Amino acid sequence: MTRTALRHRLAERGVDRHLLLLLPALVAVLVLFVYPFAYGVGLSFQPREGGALGAYREFFTDAYQRATLWTTMRLALPAALLNVAASVPIAYRMRGRFRGKRVLTTVLVVPITLGTVLTAEGLLNFLGPTGWFNRVLMSAGLTDAPVRLTNNYWGVFLSLVITGFPFAFLLILSYLSGIDPTLERAAATLGAGWWQRFRRITLPLLAPGLATTFCLTFVLAFSVFPSAVLVGDPAGETRVISIAAYHAAYEVYDYALAGAIAVIMGIAELVVVAAVLGLRSLLYTGSTGGKG
Amino acid sequence: MATARRRIVTTPGGWLVWGVVAFFLVNLAGVIGSVVVSSFGSRWFDTWLPQSGTTQWYGQAWREFTLPAVLTVTVEVSLLVVGISALIGVPAAYVLARRAFPGRRVLYLVFLLPILMPPMTYGIPLATVLYKYGFAGHLSGVVLANLVPSIPFVILTMTPFIEQVDPAIERAARMCGARTWQVFARILTPLLVPGILAASILVLVRTVGMFELTFLTAGPDSQTLVVALYYTMSAAGIRAQQSVDAMAVVYTSMMLVLLVIALRFVNPTQLVARVKEDVE
Repeated sequence: MTRTALRHRLAERGVDRHLLLLLPALVAVLVLFVYPFAYGVGLSFQPREGGALGAYREFFTDAYQRATLWTTMRLALPAALLNVAASVPIAYRMRGRFRGKRVLTTVLVVPITLGTVLTAEGLLNFLGPTGWFNRVLMSAGLTDAPVRLTNNYWGVFLSLVITGFPFAFLLILSYLSGIDPTLERAAATLGAGWWQRFRRITLPLLAPGLATTFCLTFVLAFSVFPSAVLVGDPAGETRVISIAAYHAAYEVYDYALAGAIAVIMGIAELVVVAAVLGLRSLLYTGSTGGKG
Repeated sequence: MATARRRIVTTPGGWLVWGVVAFFLVNLAGVIGSVVVSSFGSRWFDTWLPQSGTTQWYGQAWREFTLPAVLTVTVEVSLLVVGISALIGVPAAYVLARRAFPGRRVLYLVFLLPILMPPMTYGIPLATVLYKYGFAGHLSGVVLANLVPSIPFVILTMTPFIEQVDPAIERAARMCGARTWQVFARILTPLLVPGILAASILVLVRTVGMFELTFLTAGPDSQTLVVALYYTMSAAGIRAQQSVDAMAVVYTSMMLVLLVIALRFVNPTQLVARVKEDVE
């Protein structure tokens, strides 16, 4: 009898056998994500020498390793910012209905299909010293010598823009389409100019979406790996942190260091994400129609 | 009418925006075009276009690069990941969308984390664990690794679709004596077919394009197309560049077909907007 009573009480709070449906997914995430991550964290505290924090000390005292953090930030933050900033005006223009909207959206989203490797290959061909881009510049008389845009910072940056922009654009477009257009019309009736409408109506409502989009785009850019190797300068200017982690794990077989780098990478990424989300709650904390 | 007229007479800001879009698209076309042209060209050094056209690189990629085997692996991995993640993810999404229970927010966070973390951060420890238990280096390891972001992705994608289903229908089925699995098999699954298709295709696109996790766990005979492409490209000099270009074109055509199919089933703008409301 008490068992039945307990079951009833639990069911009243929403705990019943249906929750078992969650079990497979939960087990999968625990076994394939939480456990390996904990295992990696554990490994990072057991380096071959130097005590529990040896691997972390190794990372932060070695200037070559430490620099990867800054290199990654220097690539990922501007790329994510540019992707979000460029998406807003374009998506703003594309909110309404017009002919060819579907086609234009599809074309703008095409780069998602390119994948990092074709993007890298294309950038090497297109922006290379004898590529079409430099040919056009030189025939137009804008430069005398080819502009060097590959195998350095700019190659990786551009590849991040090409792969990241469509993603940011899709998200921003969806957030903007979710904002009721009558609000802006009401503001216009009250005499607000376009800048005031954007600043006072659209932007506050868009802020949560902007923050989320920035975070997701940043995660994409932060984990840059193939393009940093292929179009970048993987030993120098674009030696990003994932290259360092890969190098430690698969070329030096120092799993403690690899685990430590992975942990540092995760923390650095989460710090930026947390900062952005915190910033947005500072900027605007009012009601956004039940969505904020 | 009004919108059509406004488009033609647009503001300076409008011209600027469309100009930037056009510039982006022209350069994008250049990037893609240069790969396509190169893959059909014979010799291309310091000229606008290659000296002559040829299709030999595709044949060469097909034969030497064991493209059929790589494509088979890619298809196998993607289908397995899609099937398993849909089987596991849809019931979980159902519970998360319909039920309020203690710890729901925490669970949501746990399911969100794999999407929020860069694949490299959990990929390396995951690969270590998979090597320890002997999964990595085989197809099973690649599938297991790719499940990590796919299951949460299915859950996120499915939630809005599940919320659209009227709970009264399920209650009616229960009144008529259906058990939970019957409700699932007879009521929910048919109603959720569009959502399941959308989620499956999106997972398919993600899995075919997923580089890091496959790269970290794949052995020599379990490489998908992206990883194989990366290896040929980074081992430059062994293979003619046009051959790599040809493979890249094959890869992109495949992804493009998938994306066009995906866009037929999913309206991307609505999808994310609805997902957002659930996440927050």
